[in-house]
Amino acid sequence: MSFVFWIIAAITLGGALTAVVLKNTVHCALALTAAFLGLALLFLGLDAQFAGFAEILVYVGAVAILVVFAILLTRGSETPKGSVYSRYSVVGLIAAAAVFAVLGWAVLQSAHSFPNEQAVPSATAQQIGIALVGRYVLPLEILALLLTIATIGAVIVALHEKEETNG
Amino acid sequence: MFATLARNSDQIFILLRDWLLAFLPMMLRPYVSVLLSVVVIVCFFPALFALTVIFERKGLGRIQNRLGPNRVGPYGLLQPIADGIKSLTKEDIVPTTANGFVHFLAPVVLVVAVFMGFAVLPMGRNMVLVDMDCGLLFYFAMGASTELAVFMAGWSSRNKYSLLGAMRAVAQMISYEVILLLSGLAVVMITGSLSLPKIVEAQNHYSYGLPHWYIFTPWGLAGFVMYAIAATAETNRSPFDLPEGESELVAGYHTEYSGFKFALFFLGEYLAMFSISGLGATLFLGGWSAPFSFLTWVPSWIWFFSKLMLSIFVFIWMRGTLPRLRQDQLMNFAWKFVLPFTLFNLMVTALWRFMGDGWLRWAVCSALVAAAYVLMARVSMRRERFAPRSYRYAE
Repeated sequence: MSFVFWIIAAITLGGALTAVVLKNTVHCALALTAAFLGLALLFLGLDAQFAGFAEILVYVGAVAILVVFAILLTRGSETPKGSVYSRYSVVGLIAAAAVFAVLGWAVLQSAHSFPNEQAVPSATAQQIGIALVGRYVLPLEILALLLTIATIGAVIVALHEKEETNG
Repeated sequence: MFATLARNSDQIFILLRDWLLAFLPMMLRPYVSVLLSVVVIVCFFPALFALTVIFERKGLGRIQNRLGPNRVGPYGLLQPIADGIKSLTKEDIVPTTANGFVHFLAPVVLVVAVFMGFAVLPMGRNMVLVDMDCGLLFYFAMGASTELAVFMAGWSSRNKYSLLGAMRAVAQMISYEVILLLSGLAVVMITGSLSLPKIVEAQNHYSYGLPHWYIFTPWGLAGFVMYAIAATAETNRSPFDLPEGESELVAGYHTEYSGFKFALFFLGEYLAMFSISGLGATLFLGGWSAPFSFLTWVPSWIWFFSKLMLSIFVFIWMRGTLPRLRQDQLMNFAWKFVLPFTLFNLMVTALWRFMGDGWLRWAVCSALVAAAYVLMARVSMRRERFAPRSYRYAE
């Protein structure tokens, strides 16, 4: 638990918390990006370069942009006047705490469940690549198929809208 | 004697750094070493930016049959200094409705993200700040982060031109980033490494006095052309400069920026150009390696920066020559021609990788790339119907 870890943890948690608390949706999205960035730095702190940079590339570079585009295109970027909290916020808080407790318990127990694992497994990008197209090629292909279907679906949705405006 | 001189001039910056470090206690050396390299990068590239601006204005003046800046200093060479002082002393105007914090943060995030890319570029033999196992991935991750800064600038200004410019810029950068990544991937497939120094090492061989650069292979040539197109679009340079098209959008996402914040955007654009040219040189043009085997005695960093400045010259040349594209042309070009061609090029690269040495793979791969290019151009031209312009969203 070094000094750097605490700074990164503060960035991640602070970003995530601000994303929930702020009123303006675009500000929330930007705060969420800070949380993504903190998460990537945590990966880097664990010597997981590939996971860390992929996190930045995918989440900061693409998912955050997707989120802000969605916000702007649905006209949700205006700051609401009243309170943003729903009446069931206490229930939500309890559910979140329960999920956190389960996850925390699982993480703490994992050291006992896998006694033979090294504390810091080292894997280069090359090893990850070989594993992805070797042992885990089937899940990779299934994911690729799923993403292709999603892309084609998005294109079809967009096409449908165009036909309506023309006709 | 001559060999030692050549070696020393090749490693002059490393030797200089080590000489400076020798004055310090052992404990501080690693930190100061990194700090020194960072300071050199942070000082050198803005200086190169100043030089490039005057070069660009003079060059554009030459292309457009006029003189260009010629008032400040001899031949107008001190113009960048005057511009720098001007932007530093100008009033910083923030619109009253603007979102102050995000408005301030956007140029800072942009310049920081662009500077980070230089960390993994090998600018000469042993001249790389961090030799990362995932260097290329790091570069692309940092490149992707600039998009958010552009969006922040456009959105926080609360100006329709800014927002439209930012939306255009982000849509364009996301589309062309896919191509940038995929064309870089071909090199990774052949080298088997994401580390940029290793990619340069793999190209630093000679046969018959000619280098083994990737641009001199069929897949490499196709990949390089696609990379160059994507790099031009990614840096918002002409002919892909729609996000700041002054005839339509005033100045795009930085319309509401003035003074030093505007200068930061300007700096960010040119730094992105330098770093993306440097990456292109590293991936396809052999990085710091010499173009002929009898020229290997010339210091490696001279080759790297020559290649970089050559591509900057091409950027300027294109800006002076080509008209701006329309938004739909830009998107159609990216998704219907460049992306399929890049994907096909990946398959050709795989074929090249597994066909082994010999003339057969040269013939097969060249034929495939050429056939794909001609066929795709024919097919897309056949679908093109020349009719009166139709407007979809502006009726």
